Amino acid sequence: MELCSFLTLDSFITDPLTHDFMRKALLMSSLVASVCGFLSSYLTLKGWALMGDAVSHSVMPGVVVAYALGLPFSLGAFIFGVGSVALIGFIKQKSRVKEDTVIGLVFTGFFALGIVLVSKIKSNIDLHSILFGSPLGISLSDVKQTIFISVLVVILLSIFRKDLMLYCFDPRHAKTVGINVFFLHYLLLTCLSLAAVVGLQSVGIILVVAMLITPGATAYLLTDKFDNMTVISILSAIISSLIGIYVSFWFDLETGGSIVLAQTFIFLFAFLFAPRYGIFKLKKLFAAYK
Amino acid sequence: METINYQNFRIDAENICVDYNGKVALYDANLRLKPGQICGLVGMNGAGKTTFFNALTGFVNISKGKIRINGESVRSAQKDQTIAYVPQNEGIDSQFPISVWDVVMMGRYGSMNIFRCPRESDVQAVKDAIERVDLTDHLSTPIGNLSGGQRKRTFLARAIAQRASILLLDEPFSGVDIRTEKLISELFIQFKNEGKTILLSTHDMIHVREFCDLVLLINKTVVAYGETSEVFTPENITTTFGGISPDFLFGPES
Repeated sequence: MELCSFLTLDSFITDPLTHDFMRKALLMSSLVASVCGFLSSYLTLKGWALMGDAVSHSVMPGVVVAYALGLPFSLGAFIFGVGSVALIGFIKQKSRVKEDTVIGLVFTGFFALGIVLVSKIKSNIDLHSILFGSPLGISLSDVKQTIFISVLVVILLSIFRKDLMLYCFDPRHAKTVGINVFFLHYLLLTCLSLAAVVGLQSVGIILVVAMLITPGATAYLLTDKFDNMTVISILSAIISSLIGIYVSFWFDLETGGSIVLAQTFIFLFAFLFAPRYGIFKLKKLFAAYK
Repeated sequence: METINYQNFRIDAENICVDYNGKVALYDANLRLKPGQICGLVGMNGAGKTTFFNALTGFVNISKGKIRINGESVRSAQKDQTIAYVPQNEGIDSQFPISVWDVVMMGRYGSMNIFRCPRESDVQAVKDAIERVDLTDHLSTPIGNLSGGQRKRTFLARAIAQRASILLLDEPFSGVDIRTEKLISELFIQFKNEGKTILLSTHDMIHVREFCDLVLLINKTVVAYGETSEVFTPENITTTFGGISPDFLFGPES
């Protein structure tokens, strides 16, 4: 890239748009970001960060097997994602080992199985793109799957938005007034698996958990209203994806890593300067000046 | 022998047992409460108070025994919003980004459509409930910015908005200010007159004497149950608390 070409902001933004793969990457990543950002507010409030990490790593063997068998990779990923959660629940119930330990050992086990499978099944699986994402090289069939899954998750979350909030906030009350808590639990897990599946295309398996928790954490620092939190979470996820892709395009950096770094910087900014909950409590400072 | 008409009882728990993965939390517990009765649930930490509540609301399954709520199953009580549970302050995430209004509105969720869109009647019920607990000035306040007493009142309002005929209150008086305590005790009298039945757990012996018609002393099972004046004796309390003398329990702090 010639340095002069992005001296003007205009060309910094418009030049990449002349490439077909960039337009596709920007659109797909924004879609993925909306899904993950939406779900993120629920996961952070429910305290499911580790669960998100577990599910996203556990989909690895599913992806590999699906590729090898020529099935949609989302199907394999979904089966292994939900399977890992079931296995975690089973081991936790049947042994005295603590939950975080069980989560850790199950997901690393699944992840290792995935890596071994990749080395054994000599196919055209690109390990690098699974691990680190490849939003710039996304194929047409992947695009279709991603759109389908994203729309599905957004519809599910929209319908059960309030019930899921109640489930995260006070499951006991939900149960007491006859709301199906069991269903909501598995709905949230299903959405988590599906979001991990679409998210891994943007940033890869290793970093997808960031897509699932960082936007929610950022939003949590910025508002006291749940609806606002969801909106902020989605926006910050989309903005970081756009920033990440642009930066990786101009400076020739790993795209997934750039997206997650952008999210981390936005979080740090909120951590320092959030009006009420930031380190510097700007609201108080402004009030003092008046 | 006269036949028992189960419709007469708001709560009728018969020989209920609850165990968590083989660990017994509660066994052979019985409780019968009629409309308008207030019953205190007294026991040590881990004696099964919360488990008892959970069994009545259906949050945990009982492994033995039978529970009837207004003569029907727990499941139909859930469908009819019959029971309201007011959690103790420690039992909720006070940093959850949610306002007083939204918490109280949750009391109406069970009777709303699947999207939980409030109808006119729901809005009115929430308004009335918030007014009864004197929080009208705090409608849009996040619960994180409330005092312990105000937060307790918010959850009471949720129970009122739910129009439940049975209220289960977990430590309603712990960590609240004098004003809230007075308001709660006034509400109790109103609830009683409305025919609601109240089961409350408490550590404070004075509150038991003050508010409760009946008392249920438990330690994994029922130690004693009956009219407060008859059952709430130093001997029974000592047994309930595993041999610690009431002098200690009634010490200067309580």
